[in-house]
Amino acid sequence: MEPSNPNIDRRQFLKTSSSVALFIGASGLLPQLVSCSDQKQMATLARTESLTAWVRLSEDGEMTVYNPAAEMGQGSMTSLPLLFAEEMDADWSRVRVEFAPQEAEIYGGEGWRPGTKLMFTVGSRTTNSYYTVMRKAGAQARHVLLYSAAKHWDVPLNELTTANGVVTHAGSKRQMDYGSLVPLLELPDPLAEIEEGDLKHPKEFQLVGKVIPRTEIPAKVDGSAQFAIDIRLPDMVYGVMERGNLHGATPTLTNESEIRTMDGVLKIVTLPYAIGIIASSLEQALEAKKHLKIDWSTSAASSHNSQEVYEVYEKMASKTKPGKILIQKGDVAAAMKKASKTYTADFRNDYVCHAQMEPLNAVVQVAADLQSADVWVGSQQGPDTKLGVPTILGIPPEKVNVHLQYLGGGFGRRSMNDFVEECTLLAREVAPRPLKLMWTREDDFTYGAFRPLSLQRIEAGTDSAGRLISFSHCVVGDGGNLVASGAANDHYDIPNQLAEWREASNGIRLKHWRAVGHGPNKFAIECTIDEIAHDQGIDPVAFRRKLMSDSPRALATLEKAAELSDWNGVTLPGRAKGVAFVEHGSLGTGICEISIDRDTGVIRVHNFWIALDAGVVVHPDNVRAQMEGGILMGMSSVLKEQITIEKGRVQQKNFNTYELLRMQEIPDTIETYLIDSEMHPEGVGETATPMVACAIANAFLKLTGKPLRHMPFTPDRVLEVLNS
Amino acid sequence: MPAYTLTVNGKVHRVEVAEGTSLLWVLREHLGFTGTKYGCGIALCGACVIHIDSQPVRACVLNIEAVSQNQSITTIEGLSESGDHPVQRAWIEAQAPQCGYCQSGQIMQAAALLESNPNPSRQEIKSYMSSVLCRCGTYMRILKAVELAAEQQPQKES
Ligand code: FES
Ligand code: FES
Repeated sequence: MEPSNPNIDRRQFLKTSSSVALFIGASGLLPQLVSCSDQKQMATLARTESLTAWVRLSEDGEMTVYNPAAEMGQGSMTSLPLLFAEEMDADWSRVRVEFAPQEAEIYGGEGWRPGTKLMFTVGSRTTNSYYTVMRKAGAQARHVLLYSAAKHWDVPLNELTTANGVVTHAGSKRQMDYGSLVPLLELPDPLAEIEEGDLKHPKEFQLVGKVIPRTEIPAKVDGSAQFAIDIRLPDMVYGVMERGNLHGATPTLTNESEIRTMDGVLKIVTLPYAIGIIASSLEQALEAKKHLKIDWSTSAASSHNSQEVYEVYEKMASKTKPGKILIQKGDVAAAMKKASKTYTADFRNDYVCHAQMEPLNAVVQVAADLQSADVWVGSQQGPDTKLGVPTILGIPPEKVNVHLQYLGGGFGRRSMNDFVEECTLLAREVAPRPLKLMWTREDDFTYGAFRPLSLQRIEAGTDSAGRLISFSHCVVGDGGNLVASGAANDHYDIPNQLAEWREASNGIRLKHWRAVGHGPNKFAIECTIDEIAHDQGIDPVAFRRKLMSDSPRALATLEKAAELSDWNGVTLPGRAKGVAFVEHGSLGTGICEISIDRDTGVIRVHNFWIALDAGVVVHPDNVRAQMEGGILMGMSSVLKEQITIEKGRVQQKNFNTYELLRMQEIPDTIETYLIDSEMHPEGVGETATPMVACAIANAFLKLTGKPLRHMPFTPDRVLEVLNS
Repeated sequence: MPAYTLTVNGKVHRVEVAEGTSLLWVLREHLGFTGTKYGCGIALCGACVIHIDSQPVRACVLNIEAVSQNQSITTIEGLSESGDHPVQRAWIEAQAPQCGYCQSGQIMQAAALLESNPNPSRQEIKSYMSSVLCRCGTYMRILKAVELAAEQQPQKES
């Protein structure tokens, strides 16, 4: 039963319950105490009162803090609750963490537009956008505890102190832990507003910035961590789909009657782009899928050949009419005329696929009356926190309950809802039975949504003193911001700059892929810088040092990375170092050391050094893990990964044709130095990956005098360059 | 549908599934041992590594009828009583997992390595562990964890 009056006598609640939730409004910070015996009631209250439950306290001192972000390995299950616990002065060893209910109005961080709210784990924004929200909520929770203790002891609040989950009144030598305060909790009225200035100074942090084990790791080593793919429900059926390998093609099933009679097949569902099968078991569904005979129509992608399209892109880049202007500073045309030396180069980037280890999947249960639904999913959430399900079912968002699970990798792929929508469409057919939709690995590749193929044409000019005075960067490709992001050079002092995007359209499904356009665009920018430095006989670090003279934070990462890597020291014969600077929220300089097997064309990365300025580092070990992972994913994509398309058809199906980096290929060390800072935290998940292509290519240039300008640097391409 | 009997983590289980069903689906979808993961279905990623009679095998390419009741299947859930196998402890100490999806396979592979070679060289670890993919790029820490586990395990009398 839901109470009709949310303001019902709170003491009554408290008496009947051994734990309370502290509701804290995001605006106005009005806390409420509510018994947590009824989750539904909490949700209703949260909705009607627009208050946020961030923490649940129980008398035994256990507390649960809600994490509003998805956990895909980036550590939100630890870093966000840590911020809350920091300001609450909680005993971290008693803190449990749960995913917050998926209600953006309540738990959302700041959306893209001011005044909007979003639960969206993308763009490395999590820590950045929740840093203040979580700390203010924690401080408010602490304030309520202090207020209640002051009342109970009848002492002034400002004589109380807190530490590690205990309130102390030094004057009377009394102490009470937070759990014991639960039955005594009272709300201050009116409530003090927590201002930024009331929060701890970074120097006072007890938990933030310390070595803290990640909360969810024990569950990830004993098999108990639950991913959506692990959900099993009574009476559950299975759905699979054949989507073909020609994006946008329409299927015609030619052996429907045969499929219908196969063991376990319950239904066949035709979508505009796929044939879906619902069966009693997964193996039956997959078996039926294998037997499908489908005629596919042509599509907009039919004439697309990924390796030939570069010719078209080159022509597009050569047209005099510019595309959409992304950045304009000074006058590049005039500067190029004045330049004493000019440079031009084209960089190419093939399609890459997310290949997150957990293939896409979801479980959806639609109620018999089709008026509500439950969704179990690993999702990076989305602009629509209910993941498109309400629209499909024609029901209000509050009728859809999303149970967020751990994500077996996201990298941008799980910020798209296609698989959740598919699952809903199938589940509606069998309502009220729950349905698990499984993508096979083959589905994941052939019907992937790729980082777009792109071409970058750079034209740059230096003056007689060798100063870089003009830099124009033309991006040709499909997908708008997917190819355009990362073209800015905010930390290089180049007086005349132009970045523009020329749109191509190939009918291929595209999506944000870790670091998005930063990978390809930094590749073009950072390699051009080295090619110029190389041509002018200037050391690449020295060259960047000049360019960064107005950006002390960026420069500090450069100097530190140079120091870490012993940039000016002697390198072993056959090896060389290459440098790259990347900004993606945080600022980082990466330096790698490579060697090349000139017979096979295999590039070996021996070491990687990174200096990172991410502002306040909430969880340092995790930031290091993100750097390591970012570098290794970068190496994988830069050295090996390539989706190719022939006559519109995706050629790769599984890890035999789309190879990922394996442990044999890792560097000896990846060393990260975190620069001390008290600035607002910036995202770290996407800063390392874009360093890799540029740092490797720049080391290659140093070693061989030849540029690598086409990603990935597969052995055959490397040999071609070496023999050119 | 034919019935099969399997011994998983020391207990006997009976399932009715079609002949040719992969052991991976039997373990995950029929018996609920969901710690063993699906990643590729063709023996290339190692997400599904389990032990059969102490040998690491890939459940995805093993058909149900290829396993007999007398064989002892161990999944990640059965590797230790309470998640404290030396490899699991080392994994926590190294803070190895990121998304965690590949980690059951990694751990089962590592446990099998140390079972057959308690003191592997770094190169031996890399080559043995290379058959298990991690997209999050946790290899640096996996390597460290295997080395830690090798140091920490009780030294066997030879
Ligand atoms: S799922 Fe078995 S090896 Fe990939
Ligand atoms: S931890 Fe994510 S795939 Fe290995």
